[in-house]
Amino acid sequence: MATARNPAALVRPLVTPEGVDLRVKLADAGTRASGFLLDVVIIVVAAVAVSLVAIFGLGGLGVKDAEPLVIVWIIFIFLLRNVYFIAFEAGRRAATPGKRMVGVRVASRSGAGLTLDQVIARNLMREIEVFLPLSILAARGSAGVADTLSTIFGLVWALLFSLFPLFNRDRLRIGDLLAGTWVVEAPKVALLEDLSLRKDPITARFQFSAAQLDAYGIAELHKLEEVLRRDDYFAMKAVAETIGRKIGARVEPVDSKAFLTAYYGELRAHLERKLLLGNRKADKYAQ
Amino acid sequence: MTLPAGTHAVRQSLASFRQEREADWKAFEALLARVEKRAPRALSEDELLSLPLLYRSALSSLSVARATSLDSALIAYLEALCLRGYFYLYGARRSLRMRIGDFFLHDWPAAIRDLWREVWTSVALTVIGAIAGYWLVASDKRWYDAIIAPSLAGGRNPDSSAEMLRSVLYGGGDHFLSGFAAYLFTHNTQVAILAFALGFAFAVPSVLIILMNGCMLGAIFQIYAAKRLGFELGGWLSIHGTTELFAIAIAGAAGMRIGTSIAFPGELTRMAAAARAGRVAATAMVGVAVMLLFAGLLEGIGRQTITGDIARYSIGGGILALWISYFYLFRMMRHGNG
Repeated sequence: MATARNPAALVRPLVTPEGVDLRVKLADAGTRASGFLLDVVIIVVAAVAVSLVAIFGLGGLGVKDAEPLVIVWIIFIFLLRNVYFIAFEAGRRAATPGKRMVGVRVASRSGAGLTLDQVIARNLMREIEVFLPLSILAARGSAGVADTLSTIFGLVWALLFSLFPLFNRDRLRIGDLLAGTWVVEAPKVALLEDLSLRKDPITARFQFSAAQLDAYGIAELHKLEEVLRRDDYFAMKAVAETIGRKIGARVEPVDSKAFLTAYYGELRAHLERKLLLGNRKADKYAQ
Repeated sequence: MTLPAGTHAVRQSLASFRQEREADWKAFEALLARVEKRAPRALSEDELLSLPLLYRSALSSLSVARATSLDSALIAYLEALCLRGYFYLYGARRSLRMRIGDFFLHDWPAAIRDLWREVWTSVALTVIGAIAGYWLVASDKRWYDAIIAPSLAGGRNPDSSAEMLRSVLYGGGDHFLSGFAAYLFTHNTQVAILAFALGFAFAVPSVLIILMNGCMLGAIFQIYAAKRLGFELGGWLSIHGTTELFAIAIAGAAGMRIGTSIAFPGELTRMAAAARAGRVAATAMVGVAVMLLFAGLLEGIGRQTITGDIARYSIGGGILALWISYFYLFRMMRHGNG
């Protein structure tokens, strides 16, 4: 799939009234599927728990007194199926618990605030996207009808709706299409330490010339940052060897981390200085 | 080897940029976490006023960081923080009470008025379906089983005796809200949602569902009319039926609006036309759920306790008149900048 290869294909401009482009990232199909599955698990667990309580209530009360309980049960299951998504998405965080866990939320495609009717429109369409194929399966299963052809036809038709997000650029469900919404990534990111401020006695031993710092660009710098933050000994050793070979420096394997930290700090400062002077050196091939 | 001139100064200035702004970012993050959990009322006045200031400061930090810093973790943090702030501050949220008030005073009747053509088409389809159902069962009573599912028929079929049919109409239940009423409410709502959602397929399934619903009505009417109980059945049905059938007709109309605006988007793009139709239709659908709930209550309370034909007809007719005047005559003037 195109998105797996090129994450930039899922970035959309979102210019705030202050004139800053926030570059929202659309949630990919896998994230959305896992968010939805989490919600399904929550709904099913709640339904089973309430049903168990209802069954024990029926056993204890006798049929006559239990009727109010049956009514409450019917209405509760109905609410779970139809109101769960609407109530959570209309809330302040515009996300169901499942969506929140995977770090996505619903937003209006126009960039304006999400309104209640949009939330309702996108969630009522779930009826034909999810519940219809399920009920076709259930009806066929319970009736024991071996009419394979019509079952397959019904499933294909229903799957066409379920898989709709895979067939358009913006990963819209039918519900998103009708409501004018999309699902964007809204992760909570913690502020991490600035790697170039790491103080280490061994780090201070490494010094680099301008020629050595010109060997790489911003793309490589960001990869190096990733490696340092992951803090995996073998990855750092391999990267330190590669960089050492390229810039002609000898690095002992035990010093890999210190060497990379020193090189990262110097390279970043070098590239940031170029940036201030108006030269964004995108990668090692650029001047 | 000597250090290239100036890298030390660059490192210093970017480090102090982060040091100076970091307290603001943290304060903004903490405030956001609080307002996302609880109502803005939980904040003091000063905190509330500082929220937009902190948001703008975070945005400007983001711009500076993008232009001068190559620390991708810092930029990712600021982007996520600004996006959260943007969604919160520009989310134009009003209190739940105001939104509910707006819905009943303005949005709901306006949506139904907007859908007037589809609504009356849908009502006409119900009538056509009813006539067809009546005629089919009159010509061959085996049609009855094909039209009405046994679980909904409640033991009424063309071979039932007049006494049995009459007992369903007047047999007073001693309880108010029965489980059957709750079941009917959820069933009807599910049918209504389906009639709405399937409209996406160029309105064809919605039309079929509405016709089928009319057919069921006509079929059940025929078996009563054959036993000369048509007038009585009308009373029994009309108590809640006027509300319920009208609600299902509106759901079908909402589906038709979506289907037709996808098929014939007019001057808008197909996407924009669909989004616009979807929002009107969704508002109408919430109204449908409210109407069905109301019908369920009427059915549970009124159908078995009120047994006079005239009383039944007048309640059913009166409520229908109420709905129609609410949708088409009631126009709330909205003052101020609401």
